[in-house]
Amino acid sequence: MKRIVVLGGGTGGTLAANRLRRDLGDEVVIEVVDQDDDHLYQPGLLFVPFGLSRPQDLVRSRPAQLHSGIAYRTAGIERVDLGAEQVLLSDGVTLAYDVLVVATGARLLPEETEGLTGPGARETVHTFYDLDGATALEGALSRFTGGRLVVNVVDMPIKCPVAPLEFCFLADWYFTERGIRDQVELIYVTPLDAAFTKPVAARTLSGLLAEKHVELVTEFNTGEVDGIGGRLVSYDGREVLFDLAVVVPLHGGAAYVDRSPGLGDEFGFVPTDKHTLQSSAAPNVFVIGDAAAVPTSKAGSVTHFEGETIARNVARFLAGDELDASFDGHTNCFIESGFGKAMLIDFNYDTEPVPGHYPASIGMPLLKQSRLNHLGKLMFGWLYWHSLLPGRDIPGLGAGMPLAGKHLHTPSAT
Amino acid sequence: MPTAVYAGTTVPVTDDGFFLDPDQWREDMAPEIARDTGIDALTDRHWQVITHMRKEFAEKGTGPTVRALGRTSGVSIKELYLLFPKGPAKLAAKIAGIPKPRGCI
Repeated sequence: MKRIVVLGGGTGGTLAANRLRRDLGDEVVIEVVDQDDDHLYQPGLLFVPFGLSRPQDLVRSRPAQLHSGIAYRTAGIERVDLGAEQVLLSDGVTLAYDVLVVATGARLLPEETEGLTGPGARETVHTFYDLDGATALEGALSRFTGGRLVVNVVDMPIKCPVAPLEFCFLADWYFTERGIRDQVELIYVTPLDAAFTKPVAARTLSGLLAEKHVELVTEFNTGEVDGIGGRLVSYDGREVLFDLAVVVPLHGGAAYVDRSPGLGDEFGFVPTDKHTLQSSAAPNVFVIGDAAAVPTSKAGSVTHFEGETIARNVARFLAGDELDASFDGHTNCFIESGFGKAMLIDFNYDTEPVPGHYPASIGMPLLKQSRLNHLGKLMFGWLYWHSLLPGRDIPGLGAGMPLAGKHLHTPSAT
Repeated sequence: MPTAVYAGTTVPVTDDGFFLDPDQWREDMAPEIARDTGIDALTDRHWQVITHMRKEFAEKGTGPTVRALGRTSGVSIKELYLLFPKGPAKLAAKIAGIPKPRGCI
């Protein structure tokens, strides 16, 4: 019987394993490996610092999300041996595979930025990109009574590239609610040349930053974080002063990727065909989610939309059939904008986020604040555990990006 | 379409001065492009980066970002900023005659 080993029991690994189990049943053996039993609902991290989500509500058991018949093993991963078609685990066990699914996501690398883990960390310098950080930041925000709050993205790529902007919007709401908004300066510091990577959305988002009195500092490549002196210093010598810094650290792939010859690129992400999701490393290695070096966002919605393609292609590969090149880079992000509203963006490899409605001309408004989008964002938490992870399609929302409802001739800023 | 003249050859470039066709680039053009960007003399360290940019572009179809250069070129990010002060990835790409690196998403 053919063996499928899935590395990673997060969003991608769980939904890929569940889809493969449903499609292939007892024809294959599926085993999922992860180093712990904490499946974290990552979109919830944004809300923790503002007291809108409780940390303990975001974590569930990993194997409990897997369909019956799927094996789960708790172990660290030492390395993948592509030639021998086996995975070496840190407890000395070797797992042979016919197909390997890499779903180990992205890893935070704060130690790669000078000063970021040094004096001032968890005091004046925080992050909300992991559970401990988000929890510590809740305390720091509640004690913050005024001054300069700087939100900084060190460099791309990062998970959920809109999250740092959402943090700014929610901070504006949070300090308004506390009645001290006029005591707080909010500054968003990005390495990009605009508020976002895509021109039409960047224009809307920078308008929203201005409307909420968030200062925008662009093309700032952070070289050093000085937690004691309260300074971000760029490689070209510019400085941004802060009383409290919220920093999104550099991201890389999982550590075992670096230890596996031929598997990853210089950042530990796995080069992958952007339409079939087959890795460039070996034909029997497929990649889903943040672990893949493909030119789309590192986001849960992308991982969900990839699920259909990866399940189909693993089955086709095992049957000796030609792969389906159907993944279009579809990304769908709610952008929480504070005061009970949110925006929605929907795009793919070829179409940037534009105004209109999703999924069709009657639907949720795109690139525009609305209460309906905020409710959509809240509902996504339920859908995550009950539709995405079980590997179900969401009725009416296909994997491919819909063109209906989009205003495609919105002039681009470039 | 804008053009520029380097080492006596006219080449089409983008509005912000990047080569449209990397095959038209020659080594003797690099010092002149560098002067246009405010770098008076190209040292061996500059050339190490420029050669690396050409190689990465040939292999991957896009120029590396600053972070990737820091990992793969043998020159640290700090030194890259000393060599190419106004943005190493963009300036080195321009001098190496390859397209402006695409930002990540």
